This record gives sequence, structure tokens and C-alpha cells, in this order.
Amino acid sequence: MTRVGKVFRDRNLLLWGLLGTLLVLVWGSALLTGFDFAEGVASFPRAFAWMGANFLPNERAWNNLPSILNRLGETVVVSVQATVLAAVVSFGLALLGSRTTRPHAVFTPLVRALGSLGRNIPVVAWAMIFLLAFGQTYVTGLLALLLESVGFLTRSFLEITDETAAEPVEGLRATGAPWGTVVSQAVIPTLLPSLTSWMLFMLETNIRSATLVGLLTGTGIGFSFDLYYKSLNYPSAALVTLCIVIVVLALEAVSNALRKVIL
Amino acid sequence: MSPRIRVRRWGADTWALGATLTVLLSVTVAGFFVLSLRGLDLGAAFAKVGHDLGILFLTPGAEHFTLPEMLQGLGFTLALGLLTTVLGALPALVLGLFAARNLGPAWLGWVLRAFVAFVRAVPTVLWVLIFAIGAGLGSVAAVVGMTFHSFGYLLKAFSESFEELDDGTLEALKASGADWLAIVTQAVLPSSLAALTSWTFLRFEINFVTAVAMGAAAGAGGVGFDLFMASGFYFNLHEVGMLTWGILATAVALEWGATRLRDSAGVRS
Repeated sequence: MTRVGKVFRDRNLLLWGLLGTLLVLVWGSALLTGFDFAEGVASFPRAFAWMGANFLPNERAWNNLPSILNRLGETVVVSVQATVLAAVVSFGLALLGSRTTRPHAVFTPLVRALGSLGRNIPVVAWAMIFLLAFGQTYVTGLLALLLESVGFLTRSFLEITDETAAEPVEGLRATGAPWGTVVSQAVIPTLLPSLTSWMLFMLETNIRSATLVGLLTGTGIGFSFDLYYKSLNYPSAALVTLCIVIVVLALEAVSNALRKVIL
Repeated sequence: MSPRIRVRRWGADTWALGATLTVLLSVTVAGFFVLSLRGLDLGAAFAKVGHDLGILFLTPGAEHFTLPEMLQGLGFTLALGLLTTVLGALPALVLGLFAARNLGPAWLGWVLRAFVAFVRAVPTVLWVLIFAIGAGLGSVAAVVGMTFHSFGYLLKAFSESFEELDDGTLEALKASGADWLAIVTQAVLPSSLAALTSWTFLRFEINFVTAVAMGAAAGAGGVGFDLFMASGFYFNLHEVGMLTWGILATAVALEWGATRLRDSAGVRS
């Protein structure tokens, strides 16, 4: 067999081997979770037929709109707060940990570990932890989203400070500028557009997560959904879903437009 | 005296940036005055949470479950994440080809992209709860709901990866008389394989976390349900700590895998 033929044969063997392994893993996962493929496929048309008939806002649901919007406002505000506070904390951590701005090399692994802890403990786990101390108040969700956001933003802020701030920092440092001047005149002006873009991304993520956190902690729009869902008031639950969809899509559109201008 | 040198330029980007940051900051500050604490004593609560976190992370323990049971719970949650990722990726792969601007008909691409934008805008937990009415609470609803959301996410990621294929390659193949299927199997899929793998693994990482959440919020079982019981019913901080450590270790391992795949594929998430 020619050399080229062997390369292709080896590659095909590898691909089929990987596919086979994946198939076994999927089959094992279905067994472990007790998932029945036929039932799963059949539930699709059933669920959509049910949604078409029952999951639509009616007259009574529209009467609940003011209370839904009130709850939705709470969720949006908490998401913004978590994002902004996290951005401030993460920027401080990134300055401490980045190769270009760190006061000492020892901070880099510490900052990385802190970020990893924040993002790799799921927001649900944080919410269950804070629920014990802060109860059914907005602070529970705010802190859970805050820690999660600090985890994600610290990682991305570190990366962009390492990548894009190196040259301006070096330039300013060569003039003998002190650390504070380097940060305020080189780091912040260079990074602000990309930091803001990441903040907008985090805000989108947080609004989705906030619904879930609200469901668990009895606050915000998640609480509204849970309330109507459990009292079998499906038209109102549908209206809640519709409101969430509108906010998420609008936010996506606004941040895409902003990114085009600022980046 | 010579005129001041203008070092700052005030363009549309500066205004947009300033306005965005001003709005975000104002909402943050105003929020603290508007939102109600419902009589919560913040000082006492922060003192309690410091105490709680100490117990949680430093003295993990188990009463209502054994270590093998916890590992089984983690396995269940991982399986839920894997299953829903693969089941979502398969239709996303096929339909992603039609949704890509350079491969499918324009009208079909538009319809598909609008549809998955809607699918993604509904949080996963709501899909699971909505499907639960048709399929009953439990793992079937969790699988179907999570699969649906993964499909929406991956279709967008896949079709954008397909769009990165060089137009010249596409044109050359078309000029040589290659049909659509040949273009897809010989050019599009091989060149985007690394990106597709990277996106799929990233979604697996997300789905593990979502599977934990569905255990806690939608009765899907697994480690998320254990966590919900430990925190919401037994109020046992040692158990919450034990489960949190287990979830953290799994998530760190998954993130390590996803980062390696992302770096080797040159894809930014």
C-alpha cells in the first residue's frame, strides 16, 4: 500500500473509532439516565401541540402584566448590578494578576485560582449556599451571579490585559511613569472598549441565569414563572416566557449594535 | 503660546462607550435604593455567610448519602450533559449546513437563524419545565428540553464555523463541477472539523452545569438534586460542601479539556 493510502486509512480508522466510542457513551448515558429515545421523540409533537393550545397568553394573563414587568425589572436590575460590580472586582484582579501590570508574580496563580473557583462552582450551587444566609431576597441572586461573573470576567480580563495592554504599558513605563499613571493612561484607555464588550456579553448571560436563580430563590421573574406554573396558570406563565424572550432578544440586538460602534 | 495638542478624540465610539457605561452604572446605583431587602439584616447575613463558607469548604462530610452514591450522582449528571449535547449536535450539524450563508438558500437560512434565536432566548430551565407538561417531570423532560436549547446554540455556532470557509475554495469546487454534497463532505466538513469539535465540547461543559441546575430546579435527579436536598431540606452545610467540591472538581476537569480543544482548534468562545 502507498504511503498516502496508509495516511488516509489511519485517519478513517481513527474517525470510525472515535464515532464508535461516542456511540457507546451516548448509549450508556441513555441507559444511566433512563432516557427512552422513542418516548423522547414522541414527546416533541405532543409538547408543541399542547403549547399551541394552552401555552398562549389570554385576557386574564394580560391583567398580570404590570406585576410581571415589575418582577422582570427586578431581574434586569440585579443582572446589571452583578455585571457592573463583577467588572470592577475583575478589573482589579486582572491588574494584580496580569503579566504586564502585576506588582509581583505570586499574584498570577492566586488570581487564576480565584477565577476558576468562581466560575466552576455553578451559579445554582452559589445560590443554594447564599440562600441559607440571605433568604428570599434579591441579595441571594445578586451574590450568586456576582461570583459567577467574577469567575468568567477575571479570566477574560486577564487574557486581554496580557495580550493588548503590553505595548502601551511598556511605552509609558519607559518614560518613567509610576504604576498609577500607567494604569490610568495606558491600560484603561486601551482596554475599555473590549472590557465593555465582555460586560455586555456577561449581562446577556446573567439575564438568562437570573431566571434560573430566581426560580430557586423565589425572587424576580423566575418567581413569577414558578408561581404561575405551579398554580397551573399556563397562559400567564406563557406571558412571562414571552417577556423574557423579548428582553433577551432586545439586549442581544442592542449589544451587537454597540459592539459595532465601540470595537 | 502654542495651542494645546488634542490627545483625545471624541467620535461616535467614545460617546457610545460613555453612554453604555453611564447607563450601567446608574442602574447599579439606583437599584440599591429601589430594591427591597424585605427586612434582611445585611450585617448579620454577611457574618453568617462567612461562617457558612468556612464550614462548607473546610469540613465537607456526608450523612444522607455515601461517597459511591455521590459519584453515581455526578455520573448521572455527566451522562445527562453528554446525551443532550450529542442529541442536540446531530440535527444542528445537518441544519447548520442549510443555515450557513454560503451554503444554503437565503430564505431557509433566515428562517432557521430566526427560529434558533427564539429557541436560545428562552432559558433552558423554562424549556425543561414546558416539556415536562407533555412528558412528565423527570429525566425525559430534562433531556428533551436541554437537547432543544443545545440544538439552538450549536446551530448558530456550527453555521458560523461553516461561513468561515474561504470563498475561493468554494468557487473553485463549484467551477470544477462538484455537487453540493461533494463540497460539503470534501471541503466544508474537513476544514471545520476542529471548530465543530471545540464548540461541541464547550457545550458539553455548559450542559454539565445546566444538568446540575435541572437536578435542583426541575427534579431531574443527579448531583443537582442532592445539592437541593442538602441545602433546602436538611440544611446540612457539610453535605453542601461535599457536593460542591465534587461538582467543582468535575467542572475544572471539563474546562481543562475544553480549553485544550479550543487552543488546538484556534477557536475563541
